Amino acid sequence: MSGTHASTAPPSYLVDTGTRKGLMAWLTTTDHKRIGVLYLGAMVTFFMVAMGVGFVMRLVQLTTFQKLISAQTYNALFTVHGVIMIFLFVIPGLPAVFGNFFLPILIGAKDVAFPRLNLTSWYFFMAGAILAVLSLFTGGGAPDTGWSFYAPFSLKTGTNVSLAVFAAFVLGFSSMLTGINFITTIHRLRAPGMKWFRMPLFCWAVYSTAWIQLLATPIIAITLVLVILERFFGIGIFDPAKGGDPLLYQHLFWIYSHPAVYIMILPAMGAITEIIPTFAKRTIFGYKAIAFSSIAIAAVGSLVWAHHMFTSGMSNVAQIVFSLLTMIVAVPSAIKVFNWVGTLYKGSIDFQPPLLFTLTFIFLFCIGGLTGVMQGALAVNVHLHDTYFIVGHFHYVMFGGTVMGFFAALLYWFPKMFGKMYSKKAIYASWFPMFVGFNMLYFGMLILGMLGMPRRYYVHLPQYHTLHVVATVGSWFLVLGLLGFFATLLYAIFKGEKAEDNPWGGLTLEWTIPSPPPVENFDEIPTITAGPYVFPQEAQ
Amino acid sequence: MTGHVHRDDLGARLGMWLFLVTEMILFGGLFIAYSYMRYRYPAEFHHGGGELNATLGIINTIVLLTSSLTVVLSIVAIQKADKRKAIAFLATTIGLGLVFLVIKGFEWAAKFHHGLYPSAPHLGTLPQGEQVFFGLYFTMTGLHGLHVLVGISVLTVLARMVGTGSIRQDRYIHLENGGLYWHLVDVIWIFLLPLFYLAA
Repeated sequence: MSGTHASTAPPSYLVDTGTRKGLMAWLTTTDHKRIGVLYLGAMVTFFMVAMGVGFVMRLVQLTTFQKLISAQTYNALFTVHGVIMIFLFVIPGLPAVFGNFFLPILIGAKDVAFPRLNLTSWYFFMAGAILAVLSLFTGGGAPDTGWSFYAPFSLKTGTNVSLAVFAAFVLGFSSMLTGINFITTIHRLRAPGMKWFRMPLFCWAVYSTAWIQLLATPIIAITLVLVILERFFGIGIFDPAKGGDPLLYQHLFWIYSHPAVYIMILPAMGAITEIIPTFAKRTIFGYKAIAFSSIAIAAVGSLVWAHHMFTSGMSNVAQIVFSLLTMIVAVPSAIKVFNWVGTLYKGSIDFQPPLLFTLTFIFLFCIGGLTGVMQGALAVNVHLHDTYFIVGHFHYVMFGGTVMGFFAALLYWFPKMFGKMYSKKAIYASWFPMFVGFNMLYFGMLILGMLGMPRRYYVHLPQYHTLHVVATVGSWFLVLGLLGFFATLLYAIFKGEKAEDNPWGGLTLEWTIPSPPPVENFDEIPTITAGPYVFPQEAQ
Repeated sequence: MTGHVHRDDLGARLGMWLFLVTEMILFGGLFIAYSYMRYRYPAEFHHGGGELNATLGIINTIVLLTSSLTVVLSIVAIQKADKRKAIAFLATTIGLGLVFLVIKGFEWAAKFHHGLYPSAPHLGTLPQGEQVFFGLYFTMTGLHGLHVLVGISVLTVLARMVGTGSIRQDRYIHLENGGLYWHLVDVIWIFLLPLFYLAA
């Protein structure tokens, strides 16, 4: 892996240029690109682990496997699956990997505003990850509360909740520091002429996300601290026996965790917005609408948290207000979908793997989004609350949305990041089982939930068995596709063909520099004179 | 990777302000809990506040406000390239911070003595609202005390940096940011004082 553009060209970021070599050079780097790759490596590993856990969870629903896995283990499995996927992959995913790697390049900067702080964030992330893993094997055993750590059970259970919660606290710190870094970077380091409305839309998405990270994460931090204090000292704030209120926990938890859903999805939407113009060879339709809808999602998304609690007990007025706001937040998301489709319309479409995953994203996200609006309606919510419908819905949004967006972004930027091209055929081949398996698994869950199958149950009634089998078989296809996907990319890193500087014909700044980029990104900071997606045939 | 030496004081200040926002929201979560619980148990909170020593609370407020002044004076001194004075004012600030913690320590000790701490047998016999009140009192003043401690450590490092000359007349953004943090710690206390000590 070496940059061999011209003998005079500066070396690629993958070549060690400092005094340290190899692993040490990576672990002490302040280069935003290397930090992005560090995150990528860590996160894909966590993703694989949590995927394995999910796979085993599905096996439990084939009742024969219940001989091997006890109910308590099952509780631990779904908690671990949720904690790893949410806190170690989906929340930090796109901003930490692609935000780090591409945000500075897209705005024409040499690095983020605080490079050392950036590395610190990675160490916080890794520390949190290690603590989370430790919590599984130490103390009273793996937490069995579900990823939401609801009080009062989380206060009373003998499992190792304190450490797991502390891990989430540390991860939150990493997320906040990254947010601070990105906001400052966008405010201070845009290249000359890179006005706000000339920024690629991925930057707008990362910017909105960073604000949520900044404004929402402290709430979960303090909430988790309270859980720990409650467990160690019995301060009583969430404990009804001492006059506390478990509902307060739910409110505080969702004040963060609902906006966190938008931390997860917004950057994926941003990446999708970069990909579509490149493969439609057209400028994006409705630039400002997309930029402002990111901000609107961030703003309105912060005011809908209590729709997770319609059955927990609150006033009718509050229910109606939160229901209405929930419906409203669907509007900016729909604006984006409309604009993406509008961009594709009459474009000269160049069909490539990133576009395939982008279309997959749009399709699955629409199902996820619409089922979300369904649950926003109060009467329907009461029926669907805590059923498999919820599980199916958020997997459509989080997996079908964020993770497919992550994959699309990875496929789009992979040649730039590593200077190698993957086998497109192998990607198409792994897409197929992934897509089929995904829909068997999660659409199966949607139907199961409608029929009344509650979530987080170890056993199920006989009438649900057929659909459980369908879902479990779907999970096998899904895992097969995912393994094929990652194997293809891993193979490409080491044995792939050399990628061109601009394999897709993109127009944003990352495609103007070599693949992989040099340490300093740009020889000379570019001066920007136009918006990001003006394709030549359109400019006439 | 020698990297590019890039200096952006405005950016550094912006970053610090953003960090302060997160700190405010961190305490914000506790203020939400406080408001809700006070709404639920007005009489018990009133009574709980009466158990606290308002005089010590007010003395501590004066101590912290003075320390905010001295930290500003140290920035003014460094702007005038008066290194010795800058260090002296920082030392005063650190000293006042320690005084604050000592007074706080006496207060906490008295509460422990009276059995007014979370999970204490005596507290368990009091009305639920008072149990919550003292739960919040220890959580909020404890977290604030932790911030004072962090602030003291930061100011100590900054004093050292002034000593070695890495903070100087033309480069004092770190000191300014440290001062901002100290002011935040101060401001949070100004909210804690009426919520707990003057609630009676």
